[in-house]
Amino acid sequence: MEKIVLPEIKDLHLIEVYENNGGYSAAKKAFARSTDDIIDEVKKSGLRGRGGAAFLAGLKWSFMPKTTNKPKYLCINGDESEPGSFKDRQIFEYNPHQLIEGILIASYAIGANTAYIYIRGEYHKWVKMMQKALDDAYAKGYVGDAMKATFGTDFSCNIYVHKGAGAYICGEESSLMNSIEGHRGYPRVKPPFPAQNGLWGCPTTINNVETITNVPWIINNGWQKFASIGAEKHPGTILYGISGHVNKPGVYELPSGMLLTELIYEVAGGVPGDKKIKCVIPGGSSMPPLRGDQLEGIRMDAESLKAAGSAIGTAGIMVMDEDTDLLKVLLRIAKFYHHESCGQCTPCREGTGWLEKILKRLASGKGTSSDLDLLITVANNIEGNTICALGDAAAWPVKFMVARFRDEFEKYVNKEIQLPVKNKVHAMRGTAVPLADIKH
Amino acid sequence: MDFKFTEENLQRIEAARKKYPTALAAVMDTVYIAQEQNGYISDEVMSEIADVLGIDKVNVLSVVTFYTMYHTKPMGKKHIQVCTNVSCMLRGGQELYEMVCERYGVSNMGVTEDGKVSVEEVECMGACGYAPMIAINEDFYENLTKEKVNEILDALQ
Ligand SMILES: Cc1cc2nc3c(=O)[nH]c(=O)nc-3n(C[C@H](O)[C@H](O)[C@H](O)COP(=O)(O)O)c2cc1C
Ligand code: SF4
Ligand code: FES
Repeated sequence: MEKIVLPEIKDLHLIEVYENNGGYSAAKKAFARSTDDIIDEVKKSGLRGRGGAAFLAGLKWSFMPKTTNKPKYLCINGDESEPGSFKDRQIFEYNPHQLIEGILIASYAIGANTAYIYIRGEYHKWVKMMQKALDDAYAKGYVGDAMKATFGTDFSCNIYVHKGAGAYICGEESSLMNSIEGHRGYPRVKPPFPAQNGLWGCPTTINNVETITNVPWIINNGWQKFASIGAEKHPGTILYGISGHVNKPGVYELPSGMLLTELIYEVAGGVPGDKKIKCVIPGGSSMPPLRGDQLEGIRMDAESLKAAGSAIGTAGIMVMDEDTDLLKVLLRIAKFYHHESCGQCTPCREGTGWLEKILKRLASGKGTSSDLDLLITVANNIEGNTICALGDAAAWPVKFMVARFRDEFEKYVNKEIQLPVKNKVHAMRGTAVPLADIKH
Repeated sequence: MDFKFTEENLQRIEAARKKYPTALAAVMDTVYIAQEQNGYISDEVMSEIADVLGIDKVNVLSVVTFYTMYHTKPMGKKHIQVCTNVSCMLRGGQELYEMVCERYGVSNMGVTEDGKVSVEEVECMGACGYAPMIAINEDFYENLTKEKVNEILDALQ
């Protein structure tokens, strides 16, 4: 199968090799066409965002105002901090020029003369690699003012790398913009949406690294060819990142809509010791976990996963074998979201702490059956009640893990209830221990 | 004790400044440069950053205290970061973390008395497919076992 994002070409990260393989010719072609035409092409290709929400890229671009006297910006999201995701770094390392070329085309389409690539701070090495590629592209006149002469166009675009400094929340698009502006990474209330009011109050588009890296290929090969790959409503290839209990973990570029079981058993070589699978998180830690005994027939595209009760997210597939202690896993996930909550909204700031505390209580053997219900209640009270989607991301794993693996979690519950007095407040909230269960 | 940027670093800050339409936006780059020069971000360092960029010190403080990679106290010469998030945990990351803590007799964010080593339990580092992993300062070490970690740590200067 032809690879789009990570072609198997030796040393493709070097600008000469990229040029010898047709590099920067898509940009030239694109600049000869109208911006509407490019947006239309990307729209028709069906390219959807690879950063989590699977939003149509072309449609997002079309939200950018055509007439404005403000500068416009493109932000490339390479924060990549969702546990289970490690795909964008492959692009920084192996195909940075295709990302740069994609940025040029996207910037042209939306009319942005400045683009920022936001890379998580821990990726020191990949920041350097990306910067090197960018320096080479500048030196060859593909980026910046010189590109006008190189491509024979009126359009020019500067591209800069912005290095994060350790905050998962900065992957959220409005937090990312605040971070670029030099503020704390606090998400903003929406609306206004970035296309109206983004970086420094100007129209801004935010796209994931992988999303944009697809664009030059679409311009070179046409939307029909892209649309014909993989799942009809979520076409193209996906960088599947498979980790956890598999024999060959790693990033694999394959068509969208692959069977989850095929990815785990064939592509990633199955589970060590041929153990059974207890649980799979299909799209990074924020996505609802699936039961290992219900994986048959589930495909890795936005629609299929939604139907199966989860979501594609970043396509970071975490596999857990039958011996995995799910309480430990869930506690670790809850700790992560508690740590990463920016603290702006009460339900998220307090709720993530509660979730962690209750799970800790269960882990220490002091939990009760009603704690399991309480977990779901707290999760429900976070979900949908916050400024950004980190709240949902914290709620989902808890809610769905406990509901789908209730049998597992019941094992950790202390049947000898320790609360001797009927608690009126708990009773009113419906979280009380039934009197009959209370042993004196 | 006064902190002043070196001439070279002032030039790097100037270059960072040019990436953005506002001086404030260069604050994250500048804090990185300061941390590289000074090891950590003290009160004087924050004043100097504010002066150099011509921004309010409170803006520097607010950024320094938000992002986990900026340190307001000295860390070890070798800052060892061990990921214990899910993909690493499933392959022994938690055990590695405990082993490293024990080896140096410190807990999370602790520094050894000689100031040579500090240990941090970190969130997912984007190396999940090569788990478990540790990072020492800026370098990633992946696909580890306890033995491999001990070898790496034995070789630390
Ligand atoms: C808490 C949180 C963290 C996120 N982290 C990332 C990230 O690391 N990388 C990313 O591309 N998108 C991330 N997103 C999604 C972005 O907000 C945004 O939807 C995405 O970058 C848009 O790009 P796309 O349309 O090309 O997918 C995150 C969202 C939330 C709520
Ligand atoms: S939901 Fe959480 S992370 Fe998002 S803005 Fe609110 S407190 Fe911050
Ligand atoms: S979970 Fe350790 S690097 Fe992702």
